[in-house]
Amino acid sequence: MSALSVSATFAAAEFQTPSIEYSKLMPMLIVFGVALVGVLIEAFMGRTGRHQVQLILSIAGLVAAFVSVTMLAGDNQIAAVGAVAVDGPALFLQGTILLLAIPGVLTMAERSLDRGGVFTSAGSSTPGSEHERVLTATGVTQTEVFPLTMFAVGGMLLFPAANDLLTMFVALEVLSLPLYLLCGLARRRRLLSQEASLKYFLLGAFSSAFFLYGIALLYGYSGTVRLSGIAEAVSSNSGSDTLLMTGTALLAVGLLFKVGAAPFHSWTPDVYQGAPTPITGFMAACTKVAAFGALLRVLYVGLGGLAWQWEPVMWGVAILTMVVGSVVALTQTDVKRMLAYSSIAHAGFILTGLVATDTVDPDTGAVLGVSSVLFYLLAYGFITIGAFAVVTLVRDAGGEATHLSQWAGLARRSPLVAAVFTLFLAAFAGIPLTSGFTGKFAVFSAAIAGDAAPLVVIGVVMSAVAAFFYFRVVVLMFFNAPAPDGPAVAVPSPLTTVAITLSVAVTVLLGVWPTQVLDLADRASQFVR
Amino acid sequence: MPLLMPVVLACLLFAVGIFGVLARRNAILVLMSVELMLNAVNLNLVAFDVYLRDQLLAGQTFTLFVITIAAAEVGLGLAIVLLVYRNRETAQLDDLHQLREDDPGPPDVRDDTRETAAR
Repeated sequence: MSALSVSATFAAAEFQTPSIEYSKLMPMLIVFGVALVGVLIEAFMGRTGRHQVQLILSIAGLVAAFVSVTMLAGDNQIAAVGAVAVDGPALFLQGTILLLAIPGVLTMAERSLDRGGVFTSAGSSTPGSEHERVLTATGVTQTEVFPLTMFAVGGMLLFPAANDLLTMFVALEVLSLPLYLLCGLARRRRLLSQEASLKYFLLGAFSSAFFLYGIALLYGYSGTVRLSGIAEAVSSNSGSDTLLMTGTALLAVGLLFKVGAAPFHSWTPDVYQGAPTPITGFMAACTKVAAFGALLRVLYVGLGGLAWQWEPVMWGVAILTMVVGSVVALTQTDVKRMLAYSSIAHAGFILTGLVATDTVDPDTGAVLGVSSVLFYLLAYGFITIGAFAVVTLVRDAGGEATHLSQWAGLARRSPLVAAVFTLFLAAFAGIPLTSGFTGKFAVFSAAIAGDAAPLVVIGVVMSAVAAFFYFRVVVLMFFNAPAPDGPAVAVPSPLTTVAITLSVAVTVLLGVWPTQVLDLADRASQFVR
Repeated sequence: MPLLMPVVLACLLFAVGIFGVLARRNAILVLMSVELMLNAVNLNLVAFDVYLRDQLLAGQTFTLFVITIAAAEVGLGLAIVLLVYRNRETAQLDDLHQLREDDPGPPDVRDDTRETAAR
């Protein structure tokens, strides 16, 4: 096509000002607005009180955004000229992310466990240098973690709501880039932290290149990046199948990487272990929620007509993810690494629900594949945030004591902390009366309704394997003698206490009385197309 | 010009990028290979845009977004690589093996100062 015809195209298509429904985008606008104000505070405010102001501002922003999500509840439309979907799954996941980000930010703000907080005084200083000593002595600390976190949260809100692949790609990068940085800002064990940051960055950039190539091929196939347009092209079966298949596969690689599914999981243990623990908890919970939301939307809305093609692949990925996560976790000796493998296994369990596709519950009219995944993500997110918050409390002179041998006899030092951690491990394992059980029940029954019974059998077997390594930790904490120079359990400030209490409350509540939230997930299970 | 030529060229460029990421051991070179992959995608997007005579010019618009985001990504990536280099005096990925699968036992490192000195 020559330059002439390009300009002819321009002349032909009359330019129209796009109409943007700002009220429908309020949650994202609030979070991004708070992030920008946070950057200004970082630049212009004196260092005394900056930490408190940033903390209060972030929490207020998250709460305000959550309120605006609840006010949008029940909406089912496409906003911003087709770029953003405001529908049940998007709003449910946005609410989940905002609720999870609140305890996440609270644990990040904790300062009484480590002098000066979890994060380094200045990201650019070298550990052990004169510069660092001066900063530590004078108590100067940068607080850019708060705006960075808010940018990441904003990207996470947009990711599951993106209705075209361009918006989805931008959201993916907006959520990932701040996380790469946050991973490298630990005060203790800075070299590990920076190594985690570099590994996460390189593998993340590598995977988003695959994601992007997939988008380009799907664009070549359908001539549009809008999910509904791709769905139309798939149903009318126009265009080259090669482009469609390779595009779908490459797009899935990018999304499965973010989800942490095998065989694209190799970054997870390294990054989860090296990153500062509050960031690990935030990342493990919120990124997974956002990425599963985007995966659901792409597979159901954009490529729903292709389900018979991608379903067998997702079966394979789900089985591999469950097996790798559960089996490799058995050999782990580091708590954070073990929780990382457990998060891989949970990604597999969630994928079993996703495989149920469009199976509709005859009683409630809920799309089972969506509603079960929504509920599982909420339950799993709170267990994860809580478990990682507990890990920050077990400390020795070198900072957090994450080696499992150091956790022996922890119940003698602090029965309460050991009991809380046991609750989280029981919920991970899916013991009844915890949210983990309800979540597993939901995804497995969805998979059975979707004729994926063999997958459920493997899921149950792998849950049993996973229960073994969870309870090994429980036995270690309760029935082993503590080492004389072992770590102590630090008493946190109210910030972490609130975060852990909130997680415990949600974990127990969703286990004992899940009806309301299950109903909500059922009602929120329809994608707008 | 037939569509096949730019698409195959983009595919080859992408493959060269993948090879670079997998074969290079220097973080900067890996970063450059990732950029090569992104630019292969850009070529693809523009080629499809022109071939499809897209009224909305979605492919070209997308390319502008990719260029912007790739620039942000490089800025951030170089900062991280620089930080690692300043602390370890190497940007070789093979030397970054503190985070790994086998069990080194409980760390006896008591503070960051000694961690740096032990290097």
